[in-house]
Amino acid sequence: MNSRLLKMTFSVVIACFFALPALVQAQITEYQEKEWLNSPAASSHVGNLTGNAHAATEPYRRYCMVCHGELGDGNGESAQWLDPKPRDFTLGIFKCRSTPTGTLPTDQDLFDTIARGLDRSNMPPWNTFSSQMRADLVAWIKHYSPRWQTEKAGPPIVVPPEPEVTAERIKAGQDVFNRVQCWKCHGVEGKANGPSASTLQDDQGRPILPYNFSEGGRFKCGTTDSDLYKIFMTGLDGTPMPSFADNIKPDEAWDLVFFLRTLQPFHTKARELAKGLNLKPINPNAPPPSQ
Amino acid sequence: MRMWAQSHLCQKPQWLKSLLAAAIVLAFLVLATSQPANAIPAFARKYGLRCSACHESWPMLNFFGQKFKDNGYQLMNDRDSPIWQNPGYWPVTFRITPIWHRVSTSQVATDQSPTGVQKITSSGFDLSGLDFHTGGTLEKNFSFYVLPSSDPTAAFHFETVMARVDNIGNSPWFNVKFGKFELDNLLSEKRILTLTGNGGVYQIYHFIPQADGNIFGQMGDNQLGLEVMGHSANDRTRYSAALLSSNDGQVGLPYGAESYSGFFTFSQAFDFGKLGVSRFGFYAMLGGAPIQWLTGPTGGGFGGSIAGSGTNNKSYSREGFVGQIYLGEHADVTVVTQHGSDNAWFGQGYGDYIDGIATNNFTPGTLLPTGAQAPTWNGVLVEPHYVVSPQMIVLARYETIRMSQQADGAQYTGINPLGNYGPTPSNYGNLSTYTLGYRYNPFMTPRAGFAYHAEYNWLHQDGTGVVPGTNLNSSELLLGIDFDF
Repeated sequence: MNSRLLKMTFSVVIACFFALPALVQAQITEYQEKEWLNSPAASSHVGNLTGNAHAATEPYRRYCMVCHGELGDGNGESAQWLDPKPRDFTLGIFKCRSTPTGTLPTDQDLFDTIARGLDRSNMPPWNTFSSQMRADLVAWIKHYSPRWQTEKAGPPIVVPPEPEVTAERIKAGQDVFNRVQCWKCHGVEGKANGPSASTLQDDQGRPILPYNFSEGGRFKCGTTDSDLYKIFMTGLDGTPMPSFADNIKPDEAWDLVFFLRTLQPFHTKARELAKGLNLKPINPNAPPPSQ
Repeated sequence: MRMWAQSHLCQKPQWLKSLLAAAIVLAFLVLATSQPANAIPAFARKYGLRCSACHESWPMLNFFGQKFKDNGYQLMNDRDSPIWQNPGYWPVTFRITPIWHRVSTSQVATDQSPTGVQKITSSGFDLSGLDFHTGGTLEKNFSFYVLPSSDPTAAFHFETVMARVDNIGNSPWFNVKFGKFELDNLLSEKRILTLTGNGGVYQIYHFIPQADGNIFGQMGDNQLGLEVMGHSANDRTRYSAALLSSNDGQVGLPYGAESYSGFFTFSQAFDFGKLGVSRFGFYAMLGGAPIQWLTGPTGGGFGGSIAGSGTNNKSYSREGFVGQIYLGEHADVTVVTQHGSDNAWFGQGYGDYIDGIATNNFTPGTLLPTGAQAPTWNGVLVEPHYVVSPQMIVLARYETIRMSQQADGAQYTGINPLGNYGPTPSNYGNLSTYTLGYRYNPFMTPRAGFAYHAEYNWLHQDGTGVVPGTNLNSSELLLGIDFDF
């Protein structure tokens, strides 16, 4: 009995020990902030531009702080009213990346996100900013998380050239959609009504909705086929949307892109081809096709 | 120290006199100068953004705020439709400004002075008018703006009433606005940072040559009409074209039977790296307005003129360049130029006969006097800002307008506006004005706006004093608390 109690106590202490850094990492001290601001990590490189965190002090205050907070922890004064909640920069976790899941985004990824905004959130497209200001803001964002002090951004994934969309590819894409169970969240018709949709939570335990293809809104991380490819090959970190890089081959990924496009209410070649196929929504309960 | 105090005590009665004398002049001046200004905490409340996100310094827009406006008051993040708002949300903002100001005018006609004129200086506490702004989206890409605005005595009029349809055909290049609205001036007078009588307007937006009867070319006044405008996704490229009634925004078809104007703009912004984004463009206002009015035995406007009966349109134009130049994070300067021209008939006192601005009503067979010509002028406005922080801005403005051609030319032999025979002196009506001030917002929230405001303006005009040929000088010092909620 005593031995069991000892084991439990020991486990709790060990767990606390490892959990502690995670708990305190959001609490940046003034000393840390000053140190990080002056570290090489508090700079950014986008094309020919070099961003400097110091130069973003006022722009961050003017445009960003009200949501993302003075400490970058997503607890700005407006955060309580917003859904989804603003990004907590201290965690160093970002949805829109060109890099593998679990890795830090590139400076270009953050630079593009600022300009593009995040649809269906309160983050508007800040594309009126000068490129330099956006590069400075990227540097500023990076100074909030200790991850940037110790890690480098992941290597951007390779997106192969987009093949020609064909009926066969769309059909194959539907098979991928079925196989990797996209429908569980997004629904068999992409209407965000899959059996798991209502149970989804983000990494911080907040309810989150899957993307509804049938509404035709912009994707969070871009509008092009290539952006869509990246979304499911890198995952949206911090959300239940995982990376399928280990489950889907690059060529299959394009098939899936073409199929997903047929679920959107746009006049696209993929949708026209799908009409010709008379494609029916998948039936998850159907028995697997006989070999 | 003691002597200093005594000396000020001795001066006190003089100040008291001035205070008492000021009241009537102040009331008149504020009445004449109250300027509705657009700054909408209702938008900030809707989106949870601070004023500083859209305003360089409230109420002046920055480029992001301009894009928000150009998108029909939409952030374009798919959260613009009212369906995303709490049903209790009501997009209303009010703005009013308690002020203290000291106004000095060099020449006021008086019976008591042996010369018939006297300098009057008045000071005291006062109020601006009251604006109720309501605007926003009715549905995605359908928006509206209604602005009942009052003078300090709460006499209201509709400063803005318009509906917009945006992103027609899913393109930011095609948006339509209909109603009464501010012209697409890149330097918006409705978002002016200054509040004094002469500094609270842009003189080149309202300039009318002396004795000229054309009130219809005032770009600073909201106008009735229809505007088509478009812009690139990041708002770097913008254009607008508006068809307007030539009625200076007055409702009820009071003027011409069929008189219209057009207002056109184009601008392009460039990214200059560390200096920031700067915008350059041009505008042109081209129009026609009547000089001939039917008159009746009773009622109507000036001289019994009949509303809506104006015909015999004559032309006018205002055109110029605009530059909004950023010099790094803290400094910027806006430059607006103008070349203006009115038809010679306007210069001879024809035009708005309804309100008595024009002193002459055209009758068939009337000829222009010898030497009469189109009055033309050139103006420039330079407004530098130093943005100390998102909460504080220091600003200055210099405007000058020079007549390049008087309505009464060299061959003119009649009585000119100065009461003399012969041509009007070339500098008559030339105008210069200087403004200096700052605005400090002690807090920034997504709920309301509040600014301590201090400003000094001095205006000089050649030859337009009460005594013919003498200059008019006017100055105003203003301290106030500008707030909206």
